Amino acid sequence: MLQRLRESKSAQGTVLALPTTLWLFVLLIIPLILTLIISFGKRSPDGDVIYSFTFENYTRLAGFSTDCPDGQATCFDPLYLNILMRSLTLAFNTTAVVIMMAYPLAYFIARAHPKRRTMFLFMVLIPLWTNFVIRVYAWMMLLRKEGAINIVIGWLANLLHIPFTPLEMLYTPGAVLVGMVYEFLPFMILPIYTSLEKIDNSLYEAAADLGANAFRTFLRVTLPLSMPGVVAGTILVFIPVMGTFVVSDILGGRQVILVGNLIQRQFLDARDPTFGSAASLILMVLTLIVTYFYTRKFGFGEEIIAA
Amino acid sequence: MASEFAVELRDVVKRFVTPEGNEIAAVDHVTMQIRNGEFFSMLGSSGCGKTTSLRMIAGFEWPSDGEVYIEGKPMGHTPPFQRKVNTVFQSYALFQHMTVYQNIAFGLEMEGAGPDEIKKRVGRALEMVQLTGMERRKPRQLSGGQQQRVAVARALVKTPDVLLLDEPLGALDLKLRKEMQLELKALQQQLGITFIYVTHDQEEALTMSDRIAVMSKGRVQQLATPVEIYERPTNKFVADFIGESNFMEGKIKSIAKDEAKVFVPSLNKEISGLPMSQDFVNGEEVVVSIRPEKIRIAEPAAKGEGLFKVQVLNSVYIGSDTHVYVDANGLRLKVMEQNRISRLDPSSFYSKGQEITLYLLPENTLILKKD
Repeated sequence: MLQRLRESKSAQGTVLALPTTLWLFVLLIIPLILTLIISFGKRSPDGDVIYSFTFENYTRLAGFSTDCPDGQATCFDPLYLNILMRSLTLAFNTTAVVIMMAYPLAYFIARAHPKRRTMFLFMVLIPLWTNFVIRVYAWMMLLRKEGAINIVIGWLANLLHIPFTPLEMLYTPGAVLVGMVYEFLPFMILPIYTSLEKIDNSLYEAAADLGANAFRTFLRVTLPLSMPGVVAGTILVFIPVMGTFVVSDILGGRQVILVGNLIQRQFLDARDPTFGSAASLILMVLTLIVTYFYTRKFGFGEEIIAA
Repeated sequence: MASEFAVELRDVVKRFVTPEGNEIAAVDHVTMQIRNGEFFSMLGSSGCGKTTSLRMIAGFEWPSDGEVYIEGKPMGHTPPFQRKVNTVFQSYALFQHMTVYQNIAFGLEMEGAGPDEIKKRVGRALEMVQLTGMERRKPRQLSGGQQQRVAVARALVKTPDVLLLDEPLGALDLKLRKEMQLELKALQQQLGITFIYVTHDQEEALTMSDRIAVMSKGRVQQLATPVEIYERPTNKFVADFIGESNFMEGKIKSIAKDEAKVFVPSLNKEISGLPMSQDFVNGEEVVVSIRPEKIRIAEPAAKGEGLFKVQVLNSVYIGSDTHVYVDANGLRLKVMEQNRISRLDPSSFYSKGQEITLYLLPENTLILKKD
């Protein structure tokens, strides 16, 4: 046995992968199967699961309600579809804004003097040392009616003798977007920086040598070679944004309800784990579909990383 | 052609600031004229300024002082993409995300060439470097030698006036390197364009070049044809760097026309008839230099001028030659003897301590300035 382990590279690999595989099996695969089973069940009046096989939770998610106002048997209410759409849109927007903000910064860091790079990367990482929730609360302090932003603008307006009523920024979709962008920016900066930093300086020189100006060098050489970083960053940002409920809970209030909030409420407030499970699975499938098409178009970028 | 010279460096200086904050001149007052259509090499060990000089011609660096002229025009701060020169990089610098075809087409697209023209010219370039059929491969699917050819094709497809090559064969193994040397030389002769070639490999420079600039410490030590560089090095550095040389201290006894008579203490002999390529004065301390293969081992009974007796220290058989190290009054000399005869008989070698007579032709001997 030990002899075999010493000789076989694949046996060594199996042994090394075993702890994590077990961990994932117990804490990911089994819970997922349980979630699937529960999602087909029914809620008992006191909030327990009655195991059965019904698609009711899924039809309810799709908008076919059995709880209709004027006595009809079924009616259509796109409430949950709207929540899913809102989550998707927000995830797309967040990712887009994060890419646009992260790319120039990553480019700047990658092109900075090697001594300074470490410092800049350090600065990108510092916010991550503070608790996620605390950082969102900080944004609440900034955005609320009596918050820092309104105070500063009010003070400026007063100085210029312009009438000013405090802006309603908190509990808006914009506030959630700002919070999400802030939370996930580092996860886009780091992979883009890594792929930019790998590009050898001689490639920029070769492009210039062959007649490309700075703009065309960027479009034809820099951007394609840094796509693996953009793809990796997108996966790291898009997926969590789709599921997070803390940011929308604190900065969106009742105004901006996302799938994450929906799921959370089903398990805690509404005490309907069956519907919560169905929503969780739909969220997962939706994320998988988007990620699948995205990576099929752009790849995981592994071939460029390998080179 | 607008100018006699493809490229000219006039008193060019390039200063860098080291990480410690000191200013150093990587290129220190370099002047050279590179003729149209010649294969020109800059030869030197790392840090001698050869690559920096090449990069200033390409436009990746700008001189701190002096001026680079291409086809007679001062370049100033002209960016690389506006110079009619192209570079083959040491690392090849191929675009990994593009196919071979796209790599070569890149420069033509930047010129705004039409698709038909691009297709025709890329095809011709591929033919030139014998890579037809490899269009759709990605660079990493090619061998080192093939990648090198793509790099050459990508630069040549732009039909530059001057092709700059920065140690392009450095990453290849010896056999392939020798093949590529001949191929590059043939390509240069066929195209008739100027090649400026940077290398630290003296054999490579001697094989390929029409003229060589030997560089050291940011300065040109000698600029001449391979034969002149080897046979008539102008200073001790070049004599030592290119090939091998034996150096002996000496003192000029008399000067007649362009010949000198020198007393060499270690040989305890006066050597007369030494050719002079520089100005010397009577009584000057000089260095006498002679190549190991230019010293002959004479018959034991030989008599006449230019003969001197030495002790054998060691003899090393290396196949085509035998290297004999001898002691001449405390000075170690190296003598190279071609193995024209079979050495199977052990007695054909010189043994340690044996006294032999060396024969030294004055016209094969050089006198150089003492550093």
